[in-house]
Amino acid sequence: MKQTKQFSTISRRHALAMLGAAGTAVFAGVPAYADGAAVAAKIKGLTGGKSVGEGTIELDLPEIAENGNAVKVAFSVDSPMTADNYVKAVHVMADGNPTPDVASFNFTPAMGACSASTRMRLAKTQNIIVLAEMNDGSFKQAQATVKVTIGGCGG
Amino acid sequence: MAKIKPRVKVPKKAAAGEIIEIKALISHPMHTGRAKDKKTGKKIPRKIINKFVASFDGQDVFTANFEPAVSANPYIAFPFKASKSGAFTFTWVEDGGAEFTASKKMTVA
Repeated sequence: MKQTKQFSTISRRHALAMLGAAGTAVFAGVPAYADGAAVAAKIKGLTGGKSVGEGTIELDLPEIAENGNAVKVAFSVDSPMTADNYVKAVHVMADGNPTPDVASFNFTPAMGACSASTRMRLAKTQNIIVLAEMNDGSFKQAQATVKVTIGGCGG
Repeated sequence: MAKIKPRVKVPKKAAAGEIIEIKALISHPMHTGRAKDKKTGKKIPRKIINKFVASFDGQDVFTANFEPAVSANPYIAFPFKASKSGAFTFTWVEDGGAEFTASKKMTVA
Protein backbone atom coordinates (compact mmCIF):
# COMPACT_ATOMS: atom_id res chain seq x y z
CA MET A 1 0.00 0.00 0.00
CA LYS A 2 2.82 2.36 -0.84
CA GLN A 3 2.88 4.81 -3.71
CA THR A 4 2.68 2.57 -6.72
CA LYS A 5 5.56 3.19 -9.08
CA GLN A 6 4.44 1.79 -12.37
CA PHE A 7 6.41 4.09 -14.60
CA SER A 8 9.93 3.44 -13.52
CA THR A 9 11.81 3.92 -16.76
CA ILE A 10 13.42 7.35 -16.83
CA SER A 11 12.65 8.28 -20.41
CA ARG A 12 8.96 7.58 -20.00
CA ARG A 13 8.77 9.45 -16.73
CA HIS A 14 10.46 12.47 -18.24
CA ALA A 15 8.14 12.38 -21.21
CA LEU A 16 5.07 12.24 -18.94
CA ALA A 17 6.44 14.93 -16.65
CA MET A 18 6.80 17.23 -19.65
CA LEU A 19 3.26 16.46 -20.72
CA GLY A 20 2.13 17.25 -17.20
CA ALA A 21 3.90 20.59 -17.28
CA ALA A 22 2.22 21.43 -20.58
CA GLY A 23 -1.16 20.53 -19.11
CA THR A 24 -0.59 22.78 -16.11
CA ALA A 25 0.32 25.66 -18.39
CA VAL A 26 -3.02 25.31 -20.21
CA PHE A 27 -4.90 25.30 -16.92
CA ALA A 28 -2.97 28.27 -15.56
CA GLY A 29 -5.32 30.66 -17.40
CA VAL A 30 -8.47 29.11 -15.89
CA PRO A 31 -9.54 30.77 -12.63
CA ALA A 32 -11.82 29.45 -9.89
CA TYR A 33 -9.94 26.34 -8.95
CA ALA A 34 -9.65 25.43 -5.31
CA ASP A 35 -6.18 25.94 -3.88
CA GLY A 36 -4.23 25.15 -0.76
CA ALA A 37 -6.05 27.92 1.09
CA ALA A 38 -9.48 26.45 0.35
CA VAL A 39 -8.33 23.06 1.61
CA ALA A 40 -6.76 24.62 4.71
CA ALA A 41 -10.04 26.44 5.41
CA LYS A 42 -11.95 23.22 4.92
CA ILE A 43 -9.67 21.33 7.31
CA LYS A 44 -10.01 24.11 9.87
CA GLY A 45 -13.79 23.85 9.58
CA LEU A 46 -13.70 20.11 10.15
CA THR A 47 -11.22 20.11 13.02
CA GLY A 48 -12.44 23.30 14.67
CA GLY A 49 -8.87 24.61 14.66
CA LYS A 50 -7.39 21.65 16.54
CA SER A 51 -3.87 20.56 15.73
CA VAL A 52 -3.61 17.68 13.28
CA GLY A 53 -1.15 14.83 13.77
CA GLU A 54 0.77 13.06 11.06
CA GLY A 55 1.18 9.36 10.41
CA THR A 56 -0.81 6.15 10.82
CA ILE A 57 -2.48 6.74 7.45
CA GLU A 58 -1.23 4.89 4.41
CA LEU A 59 -2.19 6.25 1.02
CA ASP A 60 -2.30 4.29 -2.19
CA LEU A 61 -2.26 6.76 -5.06
CA PRO A 62 -0.62 6.63 -8.45
CA GLU A 63 2.41 8.90 -8.82
CA ILE A 64 1.30 9.76 -12.33
CA ALA A 65 -2.29 9.54 -13.55
CA GLU A 66 -2.62 9.45 -17.31
CA ASN A 67 -6.35 10.04 -17.19
CA GLY A 68 -7.72 12.46 -14.62
CA ASN A 69 -11.24 11.09 -15.07
CA ALA A 70 -10.65 8.04 -12.91
CA VAL A 71 -7.77 8.10 -10.47
CA LYS A 72 -7.67 5.36 -7.88
CA VAL A 73 -7.54 6.59 -4.31
CA ALA A 74 -7.19 4.12 -1.46
CA PHE A 75 -6.19 4.61 2.14
CA SER A 76 -5.89 2.61 5.31
CA VAL A 77 -5.71 3.99 8.81
CA ASP A 78 -3.93 2.01 11.50
CA SER A 79 -6.57 1.55 14.18
CA PRO A 80 -7.78 -1.35 16.34
CA MET A 81 -11.39 -0.39 15.45
CA THR A 82 -12.81 -1.38 18.84
CA ALA A 83 -15.78 0.30 20.52
CA ASP A 84 -13.48 2.66 22.48
CA ASN A 85 -10.81 3.27 19.88
CA TYR A 86 -11.89 3.63 16.28
CA VAL A 87 -11.78 5.95 13.30
CA LYS A 88 -15.03 7.88 13.01
CA ALA A 89 -14.63 9.52 9.64
CA VAL A 90 -12.15 10.04 6.82
CA HIS A 91 -12.28 13.01 4.46
CA VAL A 92 -10.53 13.02 1.10
CA MET A 93 -9.70 16.41 -0.40
CA ALA A 94 -7.90 17.66 -3.49
CA ASP A 95 -6.34 21.14 -3.69
CA GLY A 96 -6.46 21.65 -7.46
CA ASN A 97 -10.05 20.77 -8.32
CA PRO A 98 -12.90 23.30 -8.75
CA THR A 99 -14.07 22.30 -5.26
CA PRO A 100 -11.78 20.79 -2.62
CA ASP A 101 -14.09 17.96 -1.51
CA VAL A 102 -13.75 14.53 -3.07
CA ALA A 103 -15.54 12.22 -0.67
CA SER A 104 -15.95 11.48 3.00
CA PHE A 105 -16.47 8.15 4.71
CA ASN A 106 -18.03 7.28 8.05
CA PHE A 107 -16.68 4.18 9.74
CA THR A 108 -18.04 2.04 12.57
CA PRO A 109 -16.26 -0.48 14.86
CA ALA A 110 -18.30 -3.27 13.15
CA MET A 111 -15.98 -3.00 10.16
CA GLY A 112 -12.96 -4.38 12.00
CA ALA A 113 -10.50 -2.33 9.93
CA CYS A 114 -10.33 1.19 8.55
CA SER A 115 -9.67 1.34 4.85
CA ALA A 116 -11.54 2.22 1.67
CA SER A 117 -10.90 2.58 -2.01
CA THR A 118 -12.67 4.58 -4.71
CA ARG A 119 -11.97 6.48 -7.93
CA MET A 120 -11.89 10.24 -8.31
CA ARG A 121 -11.61 12.97 -10.92
CA LEU A 122 -8.60 15.26 -10.92
CA ALA A 123 -8.49 18.43 -13.00
CA LYS A 124 -4.71 18.82 -12.95
CA THR A 125 -1.57 17.88 -11.06
CA GLN A 126 -2.32 18.46 -7.38
CA ASN A 127 -2.07 17.29 -3.78
CA ILE A 128 -4.50 14.82 -2.28
CA ILE A 129 -5.11 15.33 1.42
CA VAL A 130 -6.65 12.65 3.62
CA LEU A 131 -7.91 13.69 7.06
CA ALA A 132 -8.97 11.04 9.56
CA GLU A 133 -11.12 11.83 12.58
CA MET A 134 -10.77 9.51 15.58
CA ASN A 135 -13.58 8.77 18.02
CA ASP A 136 -11.71 10.68 20.79
CA GLY A 137 -11.83 13.86 18.71
CA SER A 138 -8.22 13.86 17.51
CA PHE A 139 -7.22 14.16 13.85
CA LYS A 140 -4.58 12.64 11.60
CA GLN A 141 -3.55 13.76 8.16
CA ALA A 142 -1.58 12.48 5.20
CA GLN A 143 -1.00 13.88 1.75
CA ALA A 144 0.51 12.95 -1.59
CA THR A 145 0.94 14.58 -4.98
CA VAL A 146 -0.54 13.06 -8.11
CA LYS A 147 0.71 14.20 -11.51
CA VAL A 148 -2.15 14.36 -13.99
CA THR A 149 -1.47 14.34 -17.71
CA ILE A 150 -5.06 14.78 -18.95
CA GLY A 151 -7.51 16.60 -16.67
CA GLY A 152 -10.84 15.09 -15.78
CA CYS A 153 -13.40 17.86 -15.43
CA GLY A 154 -15.10 17.75 -18.82
CA GLY A 155 -15.83 20.96 -20.81
CA MET B 1 -30.16 7.91 -19.98
CA ALA B 2 -28.30 4.74 -19.41
CA LYS B 3 -29.88 2.32 -16.99
CA ILE B 4 -28.59 2.69 -13.46
CA LYS B 5 -27.56 -0.70 -12.21
CA PRO B 6 -25.85 -1.50 -8.92
CA ARG B 7 -23.35 -4.34 -8.63
CA VAL B 8 -21.97 -5.64 -5.35
CA LYS B 9 -19.42 -8.29 -4.53
CA VAL B 10 -19.65 -9.90 -1.08
CA PRO B 11 -18.14 -13.28 -0.16
CA LYS B 12 -20.93 -15.87 0.29
CA LYS B 13 -19.15 -17.55 3.17
CA ALA B 14 -16.75 -16.22 5.77
CA ALA B 15 -15.08 -17.48 8.91
CA ALA B 16 -16.06 -15.86 12.20
CA GLY B 17 -13.78 -12.94 12.93
CA GLU B 18 -12.48 -12.76 9.36
CA ILE B 19 -12.17 -9.32 7.80
CA ILE B 20 -13.80 -9.48 4.39
CA GLU B 21 -13.72 -6.93 1.60
CA ILE B 22 -16.91 -5.65 0.03
CA LYS B 23 -16.82 -4.05 -3.40
CA ALA B 24 -19.71 -2.01 -4.72
CA LEU B 25 -20.17 -0.30 -8.07
CA ILE B 26 -23.11 1.51 -9.62
CA SER B 27 -23.33 2.60 -13.23
CA HIS B 28 -24.05 6.32 -13.10
CA PRO B 29 -22.76 9.23 -15.21
CA MET B 30 -22.08 11.47 -12.13
CA HIS B 31 -22.80 14.75 -13.95
CA THR B 32 -20.74 17.38 -12.15
CA GLY B 33 -22.75 20.38 -13.34
CA ARG B 34 -19.64 21.74 -15.09
CA ALA B 35 -19.51 19.83 -18.35
CA LYS B 36 -21.33 21.14 -21.42
CA ASP B 37 -23.47 19.12 -23.80
CA LYS B 38 -21.44 18.95 -27.02
CA LYS B 39 -24.53 19.30 -29.26
CA THR B 40 -26.51 22.08 -27.57
CA GLY B 41 -23.65 23.88 -25.81
CA LYS B 42 -25.74 24.02 -22.65
CA LYS B 43 -24.43 22.96 -19.28
CA ILE B 44 -25.53 19.53 -18.11
CA PRO B 45 -27.10 20.03 -14.66
CA ARG B 46 -25.46 18.40 -11.68
CA LYS B 47 -26.72 14.90 -10.97
CA ILE B 48 -24.53 12.62 -8.91
CA ILE B 49 -24.85 9.79 -6.44
CA ASN B 50 -24.20 11.77 -3.27
CA LYS B 51 -24.46 9.03 -0.67
CA PHE B 52 -23.77 5.34 -0.26
CA VAL B 53 -24.90 3.41 2.80
CA ALA B 54 -24.04 -0.18 3.69
CA SER B 55 -26.06 -1.82 6.43
CA PHE B 56 -25.88 -5.27 7.98
CA ASP B 57 -29.06 -6.75 9.48
CA GLY B 58 -30.66 -3.32 9.51
CA GLN B 59 -27.77 -1.51 11.19
CA ASP B 60 -25.71 1.02 9.25
CA VAL B 61 -22.06 0.00 9.24
CA PHE B 62 -20.49 2.24 6.61
CA THR B 63 -21.49 5.48 4.88
CA ALA B 64 -19.75 7.32 2.07
CA ASN B 65 -20.59 10.85 0.94
CA PHE B 66 -19.62 11.54 -2.64
CA GLU B 67 -18.86 14.95 -4.15
CA PRO B 68 -18.75 15.74 -7.89
CA ALA B 69 -15.03 14.88 -7.84
CA VAL B 70 -15.89 11.17 -7.65
CA SER B 71 -15.57 9.45 -11.02
CA ALA B 72 -18.47 8.28 -13.17
CA ASN B 73 -19.68 4.80 -12.18
CA PRO B 74 -18.64 5.32 -8.56
CA TYR B 75 -16.77 2.39 -7.11
CA ILE B 76 -16.22 1.78 -3.44
CA ALA B 77 -14.40 -0.97 -1.59
CA PHE B 78 -14.37 -1.30 2.19
CA PRO B 79 -13.70 -3.93 4.88
CA PHE B 80 -16.16 -5.65 7.19
CA LYS B 81 -15.56 -7.97 10.13
CA ALA B 82 -17.69 -11.11 9.79
CA SER B 83 -19.14 -12.15 13.13
CA LYS B 84 -22.52 -13.74 12.30
CA SER B 85 -24.61 -14.73 9.31
CA GLY B 86 -26.88 -12.03 7.96
CA ALA B 87 -27.88 -9.85 5.07
CA PHE B 88 -26.30 -6.68 3.75
CA THR B 89 -28.35 -3.91 2.22
CA PHE B 90 -26.63 -1.32 0.06
CA THR B 91 -28.31 1.96 -0.78
CA TRP B 92 -27.20 4.64 -3.23
CA VAL B 93 -28.88 8.04 -3.06
CA GLU B 94 -28.99 10.26 -6.14
CA ASP B 95 -29.36 14.07 -6.16
CA GLY B 96 -33.11 14.65 -5.97
CA GLY B 97 -33.65 11.75 -3.60
CA ALA B 98 -33.95 8.75 -5.91
CA GLU B 99 -32.62 5.59 -4.26
CA PHE B 100 -31.12 2.42 -5.68
CA THR B 101 -30.64 -0.66 -3.54
CA ALA B 102 -29.00 -4.06 -3.65
CA SER B 103 -28.78 -6.78 -1.03
CA LYS B 104 -26.53 -9.77 -0.42
CA LYS B 105 -26.52 -12.59 2.11
CA MET B 106 -23.46 -13.85 3.89
CA THR B 107 -23.07 -17.07 5.87
CA VAL B 108 -20.58 -17.19 8.72
CA ALA B 109 -19.33 -20.64 9.58
